[in-house]
Amino acid sequence: MKTDAGTKYRKERIDRGIKARAEDIFALSSLQEMLYLLAPRAILVLGLLILPLYLGMYGKKVLINTAIFALLAMSWDFLFSVGMVSLGQALFFGVGAYIAGILHDSLKWSPLLTIPIATLGGGVICSVLLAPILRLRGVYFAMVTLALPLMFVRIIEATRIFGGTEGIHGLTSLPSVWFELYLSLAMVIAVLFFFRRLINTDYGLVLSGIRDNDQSVLRSGINIYWYKMQAVFMASAIGAFAGAFMTHAYMFVGMPAFELDYSILPIAAGVVGGTGTFAGSMLGAFILVTLSEILRGVGGVRIVFYSVLLVIFIVVVPEGIFHYLQRKYHQFERWVKVEE
Amino acid sequence: MFQGMLIYGLINSVILALVTLGFNLTFGISGVANFAHGGLYILAGYTIWILFNLLKIPYLVAVVLSILLTAFIGGLMYRFILLRLRGLTNSEVIASLAVGVIILEMFRFAGFIGFEYTLPVFISGSVPIGETLVDAQRLFIVGIGMALAIFLWIFTHHTKTGLAFRGIAQEERTALVLGINSDKMATLSMAFGAGLAAIAAVVILPLGIIAGEGGYTVLLNAVAVCIVGGLGSPGGVVVASFIIGYAQTFTATYLGSHWTMIVSLLAIILILVIKPSGLYGKQKEIEEKV
Amino acid sequence: MKNNGPFLQVSNLSKRFGGVQAVDSVSFELQQGEVLGIIGPNGSGKTTLINLITGFYKPNTGKVLYQGKDITGLMPYKIADLGIVRTFQMVRPFYKLPAFKNLIIPLYSPRVKRLAGGKYGDRDAIAIDLLEEVGFERESLVPYKITSALPHGYLKRMELAQSIAMRPEMVILDELFSGLSMAELASMLPIIEKMTLEGVTIIMVEHRLKELFRIANRVMVLNHGRKIAEDIPKDVMKSEEVKKAYLGTEVT
Repeated sequence: MKTDAGTKYRKERIDRGIKARAEDIFALSSLQEMLYLLAPRAILVLGLLILPLYLGMYGKKVLINTAIFALLAMSWDFLFSVGMVSLGQALFFGVGAYIAGILHDSLKWSPLLTIPIATLGGGVICSVLLAPILRLRGVYFAMVTLALPLMFVRIIEATRIFGGTEGIHGLTSLPSVWFELYLSLAMVIAVLFFFRRLINTDYGLVLSGIRDNDQSVLRSGINIYWYKMQAVFMASAIGAFAGAFMTHAYMFVGMPAFELDYSILPIAAGVVGGTGTFAGSMLGAFILVTLSEILRGVGGVRIVFYSVLLVIFIVVVPEGIFHYLQRKYHQFERWVKVEE
Repeated sequence: MFQGMLIYGLINSVILALVTLGFNLTFGISGVANFAHGGLYILAGYTIWILFNLLKIPYLVAVVLSILLTAFIGGLMYRFILLRLRGLTNSEVIASLAVGVIILEMFRFAGFIGFEYTLPVFISGSVPIGETLVDAQRLFIVGIGMALAIFLWIFTHHTKTGLAFRGIAQEERTALVLGINSDKMATLSMAFGAGLAAIAAVVILPLGIIAGEGGYTVLLNAVAVCIVGGLGSPGGVVVASFIIGYAQTFTATYLGSHWTMIVSLLAIILILVIKPSGLYGKQKEIEEKV
Repeated sequence: MKNNGPFLQVSNLSKRFGGVQAVDSVSFELQQGEVLGIIGPNGSGKTTLINLITGFYKPNTGKVLYQGKDITGLMPYKIADLGIVRTFQMVRPFYKLPAFKNLIIPLYSPRVKRLAGGKYGDRDAIAIDLLEEVGFERESLVPYKITSALPHGYLKRMELAQSIAMRPEMVILDELFSGLSMAELASMLPIIEKMTLEGVTIIMVEHRLKELFRIANRVMVLNHGRKIAEDIPKDVMKSEEVKKAYLGTEVT
């Protein structure tokens, strides 16, 4: 409310009046509506494709890093959308990283082979590992995903398998930095559109049902545990891809693959960006990785930085940045005179 | 060697139980899994160190202050962060982990790393038991463990707050009807759990050095014991601590210490396959989710 | 019919929670096409009994035989897949979505696909049809309204539609009539009658006795987890024990 020269005004929020705002495409009746829907997506894709051309080597490396974290963040967001909180994205990342590293080191297979195998293999292994707890309450999923990476690190350190504390060095890298860049960005775009599409299908509705009211899904004759396992497979495969990719990008795999950073940043990215939207998690990853590059000089405080932001957002702004942006795009505000 | 294994197994088991008690108790009462548990443990340790070494406060006073301070911070954490997320289990879990990470990594960042960060033992010297020489501090730990167990039993069966704790843990809705303030109880239970973490830190940290990394190990051990024993069950904590404790010590004695973590992992995998909700886990029926 | 025994046979079902015996050795039988009412004061174990039959709780003792097959302790989705569908007392639909979207999940179940000959069909269209069957006015586009805008009576009907969507052989309705106005209730009775005519066996847990007695063939009374009476509606309230359960004992 505000008063101006004796007249009272209030703020009014109006939808931009375009039917295409709904998630399903009912009827796009004009070019304007199509552009309205298409514009953000086109800008995103084109932006990501063109940006690398303007970046130096350092910038390119940062962008690759951002893409990898965006993948981990979207994978986390997907599990969250099914009602599972993963406190250990590092599990998926590390498993994928080690599979690729070991395959390459012992069998000399090229990255073009190790990465896909690590992706699928990582997905299978993690799904099997996590299968037994899918029938339990959510906190068990959180506990096991938290515990496993911590355990794997200690086991590798103590038994010195897979290179132990040294890790495995001297692995082949990917063809070129351009390849790395466009491969990772392509994956980000593919995963983003895949998940957004999926969540709007009837299959996605079942997944949301499992999160919101799993009893109702059970009485509808659907095996929720099988669906949860499918979700874990998809999420862990994406995380494994990220790990396998980085193994070859860094030409090294070691205990740092199971590091806490890979678990915390995706959660922070999801919370800051906005859970459930995937674009939000991606946005969160971009923001956090970029900010952390700026804070590079200050060393270990980065993880504190993510965690603090996480806590602030989760308490104060739980919907996340993306919902705010979305609202701004779909609605506009104006002052309207108050009728007396 | 066998006798030594038996004794050290006992000590190891008590250490695991001590470390897990606070985490398990907080969950049992407030339903919140406090993943900042490891952080609070290390916080207690560093607090004593700072009070004792930098502020030159007498050791026992520093210990008491640290326990109270840690409990207080645990309560604050609930009151200002988790309370606003009440009922949103997913957000609670994320927030508590974040706070734990902040605590641990802040100490690391502030430079609290090094061999000088140790706490003095309560009792020095060693005691021969049979043919094994056991250091007195470790026996002290066992003693404290047993004393704590007795104290907790008396507390939850004979004091008003303790009975309220049990009431909420068993049947929250009925407890609410009886006028027990669930929010206040939850705050208290988190403070209590934090205090228990501090007590554990006080007696166990003198065995080694205080390091941020240790916080994650504590959290890992607490989680492992709860998975095997069943979340929310004090009996489960004790039994699981002994199973894992002895399995670890047995392995370390006869196979080599680098196998101990694998043993813990195997224990978890085994339990998940046989009885996922844990040995004493009250696998509450599916209806609980509503 | 698969066999000669009863359609549903519950024997000595018991469930204990800590110190409370929620269901105490309950037994009853149902023939196909019957409508059985289950009544009793609050806390008498009615919903627990439903949970036991439909797999949401595992019984401590007892058996549930469905068309001769032992379904005791099976997972809830398996029991639903066999054709026993239940509703919930607390409706929790997708509030932010259009009403018909709430029917999609049951229509997505393997059972529906199987019974439709291996294909799902147009789930959206079927959903709208189902909602129309339970009284959502198609012309006023009620099925398309956002669920949060609908009054309680519509949500209850939607819950019923969700169970019909599963093409059930047996339906267990948990306090379907609660919170409904007389008019809303009156509009639901024909739907239930139609289901009976189509051969669906129905169990109804209810507090609204007058309306229940109009459609039930038999009524069973629970108190403190035990079955204390089972009779035709006309006679069930005559039992002394039933009267005592509802009204308490007289203080002289």
